[in-house]
Amino acid sequence: MMQLFDIIASAGLWAAILRIATPLIFGTLGALLCERAGVLNLGIEGIMTFGAMIGWLSVYHGADLWTGLLIAAVAGGVFGLLHASLTVTLGLSQHVSGLGVTLFASSFSYYVFRLIVPLANTPPTIVPFQPIAIPGLSTLPFIGPAFFTQTAPTYLAILIALLMAYIIFRTPVGLAIRMTGENPHAAEAQGVNPMKVRYGAVIAGSALMGMGGAFLTLSAFNSFFPTMVQGRGWICIALVVFASWRPGRALFGALLFAFFDAFQLRLQTALSGLVPYQLFLMTPYILSIAALAVMARRARVPQALMQPYRRGER
Amino acid sequence: MRFERREHRPLYLLIVTPVIAVIAALALAGILIAIAGAPVLDAYWRILTGAFGSRLSATETLTRATPLMLTGLAAAVAFRARLWNIGAEGQFYLGAIAVAAASSKLLGNLPAPILIPLLLLVGAIAGMVLILIPLWLRLRFSVDEVVTSLLLNFIAVLFVSMLIDGVLKDPLAFGWPQSQSVSDHAMLPKLIARSRLHIGFVIAIALAVIVHFIQSRTVFGMQSRAAGLNPGGAVFAGVPLGKTLVKVACLSGGLAGLAGAIEVMGVKGYVTTDLSPGFGYAGIVVAMLANLNPLGVVFAAIFTATMFVGADGMSRGLGIPTYIADVTVALSLLTMLIALFFTQYRIRR
Repeated sequence: MMQLFDIIASAGLWAAILRIATPLIFGTLGALLCERAGVLNLGIEGIMTFGAMIGWLSVYHGADLWTGLLIAAVAGGVFGLLHASLTVTLGLSQHVSGLGVTLFASSFSYYVFRLIVPLANTPPTIVPFQPIAIPGLSTLPFIGPAFFTQTAPTYLAILIALLMAYIIFRTPVGLAIRMTGENPHAAEAQGVNPMKVRYGAVIAGSALMGMGGAFLTLSAFNSFFPTMVQGRGWICIALVVFASWRPGRALFGALLFAFFDAFQLRLQTALSGLVPYQLFLMTPYILSIAALAVMARRARVPQALMQPYRRGER
Repeated sequence: MRFERREHRPLYLLIVTPVIAVIAALALAGILIAIAGAPVLDAYWRILTGAFGSRLSATETLTRATPLMLTGLAAAVAFRARLWNIGAEGQFYLGAIAVAAASSKLLGNLPAPILIPLLLLVGAIAGMVLILIPLWLRLRFSVDEVVTSLLLNFIAVLFVSMLIDGVLKDPLAFGWPQSQSVSDHAMLPKLIARSRLHIGFVIAIALAVIVHFIQSRTVFGMQSRAAGLNPGGAVFAGVPLGKTLVKVACLSGGLAGLAGAIEVMGVKGYVTTDLSPGFGYAGIVVAMLANLNPLGVVFAAIFTATMFVGADGMSRGLGIPTYIADVTVALSLLTMLIALFFTQYRIRR
């Protein structure tokens, strides 16, 4: 019992929570944006993998870290364009197209990586984003080391969550996105072009997914290896439901999720040998499923989600 | 540019479509090979000869195609009813570990003619159990099964890893996490001597024919198709939607579990966490390439296995990463999607 308390009271745990949450915040916001406009984007797992790979590769080849992050965002956007072409213009099954994007993007990432970086015993590394101590706040006892000495992309992710909440609920653009996700026909009657809105949302959302992946290689770790995304993309899809399609709750959900993840990591060390470590590794996935089961009924799904929109066809 | 729905779908289009899709995917992958600085045609020739150039490679390719046929069928039957079972990978592992457990702990002493069918059944049931979780969540809590069935893949692999680290660990494996081996007489008979090709290949093809028959000739097949085409209309027409989905799920999960069982009993003899190089995920592509047709699955699986087996030799010869096989297979899923679209629509200016 004391052990549990010690874990929760350590600043290291809380610092880890923000770190673990960051890729989830990016990914969940990205998926949320797509779904708000009515497009389910199951390409997320692959797009995150590609973002992680291309961001790392750019920096490895001399780009600075911010450029690497930007390149990952652009690459994510390109995959978003692919998914939008298939689902918005052609109106194909969003499930299947997303799975296709995921399978393609992840295998393409591994291909490009292996092509440029030959097999080696120790993977090549880069110098990742360093923690920034926010002046004044970082010297606060406990809270300082936990929340105000993160790397720059973590602050950016939180900023984007707040910005997205503002855009979706307080601006005309946000209204157009929400209308398109609820009822594209009504949106069109109001002079909104649902096709353009969906394209924009899917491209921008996928760019965020790419950045979420890049965080893994540019900030959390310093190298790329296959399967490093480890289902984080799918967890993000679950978090969107948990968040009821609201950016603020997405931020909260990602942090809550990261709390359990960071906690189980520490519990794992504390209880090593007593309980199989695989049980701990399972918890993030079990939590996601539980979150879905609890929230799915209560959540207000965008009504036109997964429905292709064709002018004049109902 | 606008799209117009075709009045008729000419039959030849449905046959030509997968061929065009695969050629397009090969052309796109060819660009990637060319960028890597290798001769494209030579690369494809090496893939083909690497997969079918000798007796050994040809039987290897068909051995590799066997689990792909079964996971492909698993995806095809589910997708046809719009049940998005993305969990074939986990069902595969659960089927495999169930066989290892049953053989080493319970049934190992039975004679082969009883043991083998029993173990296959055990594997299939293990797969069914796993898919019933996401289905239950969908029917009870209306949770989309895509994410839940997918997350269960990770859980299933970790569960297998736990067992082969613990109760099912082979004490003779020098500390490697590896399950106890199934007894010798639980191994599936070889189809061709001095090769790894086993009777599972025939079982897979037979199942493709049986599934085709079920889908085209039985009430259940009709109901499952109706459930996919128009769930609301199906309920209105008196199709018991829940019951149909449960049956579809059992068929789908059972096939994926069987794939794992057959892979253990036909090839490896024991379970490790790399038993499947993504058979479950590749099955999705196989099913799409076959346009969800069970007989088409046989050919799509052989194509996919050809890429995977052939790419190994090509990779060694030309220095192209073997991942080019995965890229080509994934690309053919995307090109197939687009090609299928044009069998339903035409462009009108």
